[in-house]
This record gives sequence, structure tokens and C-alpha cells, in this order.
Amino acid sequence: MIKVEGLTKRYARTVAVNDISFEVEKGQIVGFLGPNGAGKTTTMRILTGFLPATQGKASVAGFDVHESPMEVKKRIGYLPETPPLYPEMEVSEYLEYAGQLKGITTGDIKRRTDDAIGRCSLGEVRSKLIGKLSKGYRQRVGIAQAIIHNPDVLILDEPTSGLDPKQIIEIRELLRALSGEHTIILSTHILSEVEHSCERVIIISQGKLVAQDSVANLTNRLRGSEAVALEVAPVEGRPAATEVQQRLEQVSGVSRVMMKDARDGRLVFEVESLQGRQIRSELARTVVNAGWNLNELRPVGLSLEDIFLQLTGAEQKDEQEGGKK
Amino acid sequence: MTHILLICKKELKSYFASPIAYLLMAFFGLLFGFAFYTATRDFVRFSFQSQMMGQAQPMNVNEQIIRPLLGFASTIALFLVPMITMRLIAEEKRTGTIELLMTSPVKDYEIIIGKWFGAIVLYACILGMSMINIAMLFLWGKPDLKPVLIGYLGLLLQGGCLLAIGTFISTTTKNQIIAGGVTFFVCLLFWLLSWFTAFDSGVVSQVINYLSIVTHMDNFQKGVLDSKDVVFYLSMIFFSLFMTSRAMDSLRWRA
Repeated sequence: MIKVEGLTKRYARTVAVNDISFEVEKGQIVGFLGPNGAGKTTTMRILTGFLPATQGKASVAGFDVHESPMEVKKRIGYLPETPPLYPEMEVSEYLEYAGQLKGITTGDIKRRTDDAIGRCSLGEVRSKLIGKLSKGYRQRVGIAQAIIHNPDVLILDEPTSGLDPKQIIEIRELLRALSGEHTIILSTHILSEVEHSCERVIIISQGKLVAQDSVANLTNRLRGSEAVALEVAPVEGRPAATEVQQRLEQVSGVSRVMMKDARDGRLVFEVESLQGRQIRSELARTVVNAGWNLNELRPVGLSLEDIFLQLTGAEQKDEQEGGKK
Repeated sequence: MTHILLICKKELKSYFASPIAYLLMAFFGLLFGFAFYTATRDFVRFSFQSQMMGQAQPMNVNEQIIRPLLGFASTIALFLVPMITMRLIAEEKRTGTIELLMTSPVKDYEIIIGKWFGAIVLYACILGMSMINIAMLFLWGKPDLKPVLIGYLGLLLQGGCLLAIGTFISTTTKNQIIAGGVTFFVCLLFWLLSWFTAFDSGVVSQVINYLSIVTHMDNFQKGVLDSKDVVFYLSMIFFSLFMTSRAMDSLRWRA
């Protein structure tokens, strides 16, 4: 449905999007994930025809974004980061305007407007001025505007940003209800968002594609390695934190040791293992053999959050090192 | 075409949903009414005087009331135009609603012409306020209708021209104040062009004088429809709207 090949967008000094390629199948919900400023919005704007790409190709439903923008625009519903609303218009009036802009005929517009209002549960506010609506309702009017012409592809830029938890759940449910008939790309920097509503994730950081996979695969990919929270209680200042850390790092199979906390005479570490290595028993043995008090040893699951940080963090490190050279 | 009308209608709704349309209409009505009062008062006084002197002077309502009033209206238009056009595209850029327009299957020229059309209709409504006064002349006097119509056509063409320039300027910024300010400055400039060069006969002065939007109003005010002036206004409108479409396109490349 959506095909992106080698997409690059350069501004005067910065590269916002750097050689990104991905594909989205019909009917999928894809989460577009990345820290702020990663290039999510730019990529979406290129897909919607709002911005041209510097290099590379993007096509939606078989139409090239650059060569036949009108055909693409007819098939896309787009919710920008700030919903494009006119505060002086009533909700139904606005939706009729947006619908007609997207090519719905005058004969059809009333029915389509009612349909969109129904699907986004805007019935209560349909004749209110948009300027007087709460943030949650505005976001929903924005979504209604995106789905009114029944597009094949929905592109939503941070659909849940700035909403309260109840509203977020409502929007999620709405997205789930829409997912059957539409292909949806939604961008977010909130990971739980992706875990909840997406089938696939595309992670970008600093304009580069870092990972793309199904949500399940991504979490599995790093499940092979384990993370362990470890608490050592020193007696009379022995051992020192650095000493413990060094000793732990020497344990075979350990990839990383992080000092988490050192209050009330307790030293808390988080230890991560290499892929497919069990390190818990070895860690326990090391601590006890050294004659220290082992207070706690507990496995911590790697969440999507950690994966994300690992992927994007590593990327940033490379970049910095590259800069030094 | 449906898109142009749709956008035009929406622009008008926005104008009339805010106080701006009513304010401009009221102020223009007031100013024009005052000018009308002074012009007719002088006219009546003059005609009484000439009667008392026993030698009736040739008097003409068209020449002595309507013509200066049309000139007055064309000057006021210089002040109206920035206030009409400043929000047209600058506001959409600032609030982000431009993304709706530019990601909908609508051509750039449809957006531009639609918006410009909306501005012209509002401008016509404002000019319409002056018809109240002109209608009085027709009720109690016998002015010629044709020069009046030509005069109004001139006002519309001049307005359309300035509005097109204003639309262009509004496309180049997000800031309404800047859009309004620059448009006002450009309007004034076009007005002043005719002052500086009125008595020169060099080629450069002639060209500058020709470019002054106001000088082309003179014939219309007299009730003379000269194709030269019509062509000037239409080509200025076309040129400005073309520039607007280039500016819209550049939004994509620079944004």
C-alpha cells in the first residue's frame, strides 16, 4: 500500500530524513517511532505530498507521491501534529468543508459528515464552535477530518499527544475500530502507544531507519538477553561501589553493569547479559564468594522502552564518535 | 471550479464570523457618508449662489459629486486592502491549517483564486456601503448611470489588483502584522508613484507613472472605459496571482 525507497530530505544545513526505505501492507497499523526531531513528521509530510523529497521515491496505493500528487492526496487522510482546525467554524460545518475539499460531492456530503461524526463520537458537539472545544474533542475532529472521504491510507502525526489518559484510551479504541478498512501509519514518541495499537514498528532516529519489525518480534529479539537487578549491602564501607562494579563486569556473559542507586548503605546495580546467556547463578556466586551481603537478585524484563533506548542510544553514540573523527 | 467557490465561500464566512467585515463596512460607510455630505453640501451651495447671481452656471452631478467621491473611495481602498488580505494565507500558515489545504486534492491555483475571490467579494460589500449615498443622488437628481457603473468597475479592478498584491504578500509570511504592514506600504508606494512623476516627461518617469495603480483610475472616474486601463489591471492581477502561486510552491520547498 505504501512503499518508500531511499527517501532523503535535506534542508539547508541538516538532513532530516536519511535514506529511509520501508513498505506497509494493506490494512496494517504501523507505528512510526522515534525521539522528537527524528524525522517522523518530515517523512509523513513527504508521504502526504506536503513536502517534496530531496531524493528517493515514495508511493501510496501505486501512485508516486511526486508524479501524481492529486491521486495520492485523494487516497490519504492526514492528521498533522496540530489538527488543522478553524476555530471560527462549527464542527459539522468544518467537516463539510474539509470533505468537499477532498472531493466529496454536495449530494453526498451530509451523509459522509454524519458518518464521520458518528464514528468519532462527535454527536454532542456537532454544532459547537471548534474554538470552544476541549483538546480531546479537537483531536477527534482532526481525525474525523482525516477519515471523512474514506481514504485507503490514514497518516496520523502523534494522534494522542497532549491528551489525558481517558482520552488516549478513547482515541486508541477509535484507531482499533478504523484499522479494519484503512492502512494506518501513526507516529509517536510514546512507546506504550505502539505496544497497544500497532502491529508493526518502524523506529527512526536522527533521520535514519534503526529497526523495522513486528512488535512481537522486536520484543523477542532482545528477550534472549536478560537484565538483572542486583543489590549488595556493604558492611562498614566495604566493598566500595567501584570494586563491586569491576568484579561484576568480569563475570562471564555480562555485557553491561550499571550503577542504579547507592543510598542507605545499599548498592543497587542493573546487570545485562549477552544474547542467550544465563548469568544469575554466576552473579550470585561471585558476590557471595567475595564475602559481600547479597540482598536481592531479581530478573527485570526488557521493555520496548529499553529496546528503543538501546537502538536509538547506540545510534547517537555512533554519530558522536563519527563527529569526533 | 467547485473548489474555488468552496474556498471563496469559506473565506467569506470567516470574514463575517469575525468583527473585521462589519468594522470595515461601518468605517467605510461612515467616511464615505462624510465625504458625500461635504460634496453635496458644496454642490447645493454653489448652485444656489449661481442662481442668485442670476447667471446659471452649468452644473453636473456626475462631474461635481460622483467623480470626486469615486476618487475618495479609491484612496480609502488603499487602507482597506491590507486589512482584508493580511490574514488570507498568513493565518493559515501560522495555525497550520495550510496543511489541510495542501494535503487535500486541491490545486494551488484553486486555493489562491478562491481566497482572492473571497477578498474581492468582501471588498465589493464594503464598496456597496457607498451605494446608499449614490442611490440618494438618483432619487433626487438625474445623474448619468453609465459613468457611475464604469466608476465602480474601476474601483473593483483597482481593488482586485491591490488585493492580489496583498494575497501575494500574505503568502510570504506567517505573521499577519507583517503581511498587513508590508501590503500597506506597497499600496502607498503605488499611490505615491504617480505624485513623483506627474510632471516629468522622461521615459523612466513615464514607465513609473504607468505602473502607478492609481493613475489608471482617472479614466474610470471620468466615466471613460479605456481598454488600456482594463488591460493594465487585469495583467497586474494575473501577475500578482501568478507570483502567489510561485510563493505557494516555494512553501513546499522551503518549509
